Amino acid sequence: MRYTEEHEWLRVEGDVVVVGITEHAAEQLGDVVFVELPEIEAMVAKGDEVCVIESVKAASDILAPVDGEIVAVNEALSDTPGLVNEDPQGDAWFFKMKLDDLSVLDEFMTEDEYKDFLG
Amino acid sequence: MPDPDLKRTILHPLHVALGAKLVPFAGYEMPVQYPMGVMKEHLHTRASAGLFDVSHMGQVILRPKTGMAALELGLEALMPVAVQGLQEGRQRYGLFTNVAGGILDDLMFANRGDHILIVVNAACKHADIAHMRAHLAEVAEVEPVTDRALLALQGPEAEAVLAGLVPQVRAMRFMDVITVDTLYGALWISRSGYTGEDGFEISLPEARAEDFARTLLAHEAVAPIGLGARDSLRLEAGLCLYGHDIDEETTPVAAGLSWAIQKPRRAGGAREGGFPGAAQILAELETGAQKQRVGLRPEGRAPMREGVILWDAPEGGQAIGRITSGGFGPSVEAPVAMGYLPAAMAAPGTRLWGELRGKRLPATVCTLPFRPSTYKR
Repeated sequence: MRYTEEHEWLRVEGDVVVVGITEHAAEQLGDVVFVELPEIEAMVAKGDEVCVIESVKAASDILAPVDGEIVAVNEALSDTPGLVNEDPQGDAWFFKMKLDDLSVLDEFMTEDEYKDFLG
Repeated sequence: MPDPDLKRTILHPLHVALGAKLVPFAGYEMPVQYPMGVMKEHLHTRASAGLFDVSHMGQVILRPKTGMAALELGLEALMPVAVQGLQEGRQRYGLFTNVAGGILDDLMFANRGDHILIVVNAACKHADIAHMRAHLAEVAEVEPVTDRALLALQGPEAEAVLAGLVPQVRAMRFMDVITVDTLYGALWISRSGYTGEDGFEISLPEARAEDFARTLLAHEAVAPIGLGARDSLRLEAGLCLYGHDIDEETTPVAAGLSWAIQKPRRAGGAREGGFPGAAQILAELETGAQKQRVGLRPEGRAPMREGVILWDAPEGGQAIGRITSGGFGPSVEAPVAMGYLPAAMAAPGTRLWGELRGKRLPATVCTLPFRPSTYKR
């Protein structure tokens, strides 16, 4: 598992990477009431706003952590956005991306580095 | 880091001890939520009872200089509301207006026998006090109450919980006010609140406020509730938030608050007009205001929040209004919003489109409140 400074987690499954938000991010957001997911087969560039999360407090974006193609989205979040609070690092993944080169993930933080980053 | 410019209520240490997340609000550092979270706090208040610290609000005593009658008439010169005729032991909703008919603040006032107690919004309290001092000097001493906390206990269990300490509250109806001497000092209790639930607002000496709050919180039925849930509760109840749904640019009629203007102050009434903005407001009572506050139900799950622009068509068309309060309604389990529309487009059932992140999403005008209130009338 790798982590971004935007509080996303990235998990490699075969040749795709699964993206979600960390427990810390979910806690900061508060109760999530709406999730807008990207389109499957969309080509996205690092930094693109690919998802919208609305909590009881505010709207936030999830950015594409790397360049690639969206190959799957977690439809369960559309009907049950509260899953993001219940299981942010498990069932509440947001989307899966296919990358040309998985080695780009090496630039992201390890779990220990992320813990240090949170302080 | 604590902001040294922010004031704190006497219950600040309790909020910290309860694990509250604190945010700046109207010059105070206030709890926006506790560990339970906004959604659960909201639902808990509707199902059981919630305790809110509203000590940041302004409590002001108006003590008559030459008798209550003169004070009542003096106050009527600042509000389109009937002050005369409010019986001792009763409270009423009021509004200060400006010469254009706009709203300077909304408030509660109570006839407490030998004086009037006013409770105003935190963000407006200094302006309100100056306003009253400027205009009521002949008829009243304007005495800000600075040594009392203000708590709200709201929800279906509020009566049972408070009656455990103050049995007299069982006999109160909505908008009754009483004073009771207790272990916690003199409690000024009104059966009112701003959540759409039955409940009470309790003013008490600061020195005993934390003890009192802890005693209430010791009940299984009671949880501490932050400003986040206070906002979603009042939104579902269709109640206006000053500075958002009402302000100096909105009149009481446009805001759907005509019910607060009693007959004696209207055209043909015994004390018709005579308040700031009377020409505008009385005319609007006859013919309606150009714009109107409405309830809106966005289709789908995406909340439409304050600032969202409303359009009369999914593409092209005209921008016709704006959302002034919006979010997710935990009890209605859907997004809810309030905003202003031209009167001709304000009929319930009208479909329109809110612009969200560059997309226009449909919403329907609906009647307010989103959830019926449960006041004990």
